[in-house]
Amino acid sequence: MAELKGGNVEEHLIEITDLTKVYGAGDIAVHALKGVSAAVEKGEFVAVMGPSGSGKSTLMNILGCLDHPTDGSYMLDGEDVSQLSKRRLAGVRNRKIGFVFQSYNLLPRLSAAKNVLLPLLYNSRQLSDAECYDRAITALESVGLGDRTHHRPNELSGGQQQRVAIARALVNDPAIILADEPTGNLDTQSGKEIMVLLRQLHDQGATIVMVTHELDIADHAQRVIYLVDGEIVSDRTRAGGIAHLHNGYNGGTE
Amino acid sequence: MSFWRTLKVAWEGLTLNKVRSFLTTLGVIIGVAAVIVMLAVSAGAEAEIADQINALGANLIVVMPSFSRGGFGPGSRPPAGLTYGDLTTLEGKLTGINGISAEQSTTQDIKGGSTTLESISVIGTTPSFTKVREYALGEGRFITNDDNDRANKVVVLGYDIAQELFGSTSSAIGQSIKIDSTKFIVVGVMAEKGLVGNTNYDERVYIPITVVFKKFTNARFGSDTLRMVYVSAESRDAMDDVMAQLSSELMKLYGTTAESPGFALTTQDSIIDAQASTTEAFRNLLGWVAGISLVVGGIGIMNIMLVSVTERTREIGLRQALGARPRDVLLQFLLEAVMLSLLGGIVGVLVGVGGSYAFNELGTMRTEIVTASVPLAFGAAAAVGIFFGYYPATQAAQLDPIEALRRE
Repeated sequence: MAELKGGNVEEHLIEITDLTKVYGAGDIAVHALKGVSAAVEKGEFVAVMGPSGSGKSTLMNILGCLDHPTDGSYMLDGEDVSQLSKRRLAGVRNRKIGFVFQSYNLLPRLSAAKNVLLPLLYNSRQLSDAECYDRAITALESVGLGDRTHHRPNELSGGQQQRVAIARALVNDPAIILADEPTGNLDTQSGKEIMVLLRQLHDQGATIVMVTHELDIADHAQRVIYLVDGEIVSDRTRAGGIAHLHNGYNGGTE
Repeated sequence: MSFWRTLKVAWEGLTLNKVRSFLTTLGVIIGVAAVIVMLAVSAGAEAEIADQINALGANLIVVMPSFSRGGFGPGSRPPAGLTYGDLTTLEGKLTGINGISAEQSTTQDIKGGSTTLESISVIGTTPSFTKVREYALGEGRFITNDDNDRANKVVVLGYDIAQELFGSTSSAIGQSIKIDSTKFIVVGVMAEKGLVGNTNYDERVYIPITVVFKKFTNARFGSDTLRMVYVSAESRDAMDDVMAQLSSELMKLYGTTAESPGFALTTQDSIIDAQASTTEAFRNLLGWVAGISLVVGGIGIMNIMLVSVTERTREIGLRQALGARPRDVLLQFLLEAVMLSLLGGIVGVLVGVGGSYAFNELGTMRTEIVTASVPLAFGAAAAVGIFFGYYPATQAAQLDPIEALRRE
């Protein structure tokens, strides 16, 4: 993993600077994010933690290009995406981001394979139906569900459904995978398996940003960012196999 | 997303809830079918009327007594009317005609052999009837001038009457029948003509008009006055000339002037025109009713699409997260609505055409499918789909992905 970091630190995969998000206006304004700055390098596995109301969901929405920040800049893969139009943001989400949701969000009437190829349908690079299908199968095989391609979500266990969702996140070869409480709906064993899978993906070079409030889940990440009241209060990289991965950011900014 | 893929996705959305999709299209199906059937019915009615009028005979001019515009006020006279004798006079003076005939009908019971037929139309007429009304004689002879002059009690039977009374047309000739209580000798049988509109020409009998005057009309009401005189022109082109001659001759006979002639001349064309304007109003009314049912169908589609958007909010949010642009979502839901209405249109056309055909075949009523009504109804269905599908589709496209994903 070390070589992923390389010597070149100038271009971060994600770079957010002084990100703020205010909901409402005037007296009832809620400051969900109060100037958050951070950078994520290619190949990192970051967990974002914090109590409810800490702004971690808001941060994830902005990182996922589902929402605009009120202020501040967001550079994703060298592109400033902080103030793009809805249409452009949709394109960015499609190309750069793979979502893994707590509740899987699979379409119940579609087979696993068809669920997985969904992002390819919205790709500006129109692949043929056969290519889409092939890529979906490959993605399903990579999460260990090569034999479940024709099953519908209700024929799969929760853990398997989340694997399908991960395959869907991978199919478009995104720059980052955003996982929002990926084990929140799963029993301990299935949750563990999902974390093992995410770690495998990370080992293969995937960049993962994951929101969780469970410490043992966050433990799988190499770096943990802790948010409280819309500010980063701690940002630590775990010592271990990835020891010399450090970052130049301290906790929150005032 | 490409158009075809969106189309596929939209189709999948429809098949998701087949019963609901079907019930939604039902409104459009009924609307489209109604447009086609109603236009077919009114076109059929129009054709029916035209047929009936044409069945009177070709290039026909009808002379009817008319009252002067002032009615029976002081200075205006009641119409004198034409008598049987005037017919011969007129026939001699007019040029360019096939013939001139008069009709006076009455309804009587007829008895022949042991069979009694009740309430049969008995038409008193003149020899030119067959020529004027283009109605051929089958067997024997028709009524002659001699029959009329002498008020001979002879009768020409309609085809069905002859069959019913005597079993065959040929055996009827020479037999005697009783009309009311008067004995008549059968001298001829008409050729089979069949049903024209509601009139069965084969269930009538024909006798000299003078006999009708004598036996069956009340002398006090100007018994020998001809109510209707039919003049057949030689050709369509001769019509105007014949009408002009008729006018001047009749005015001479009546001793009237052009201001208040005491008679009216009517042609088939003028009857057809008059009928056409009433049926057109009728057709427009039906068209509006059918159009409204299409609109109601469209509202049904809008309603269901709004429900569908609400129900599938999460799906929409997911698609947006995966990269669906607002346009993709808009198109997906718009296409669903348009497909619903087009399916409704297709089924509606089939039902409408099939229904019109069935009405006709089953003899319920005469229908003629108006070719233009098919693309018209179909196009209207498509327009309804786009119009009523647009609002729900914009609702879907404007959803905020975060909100949408959060929705249960």
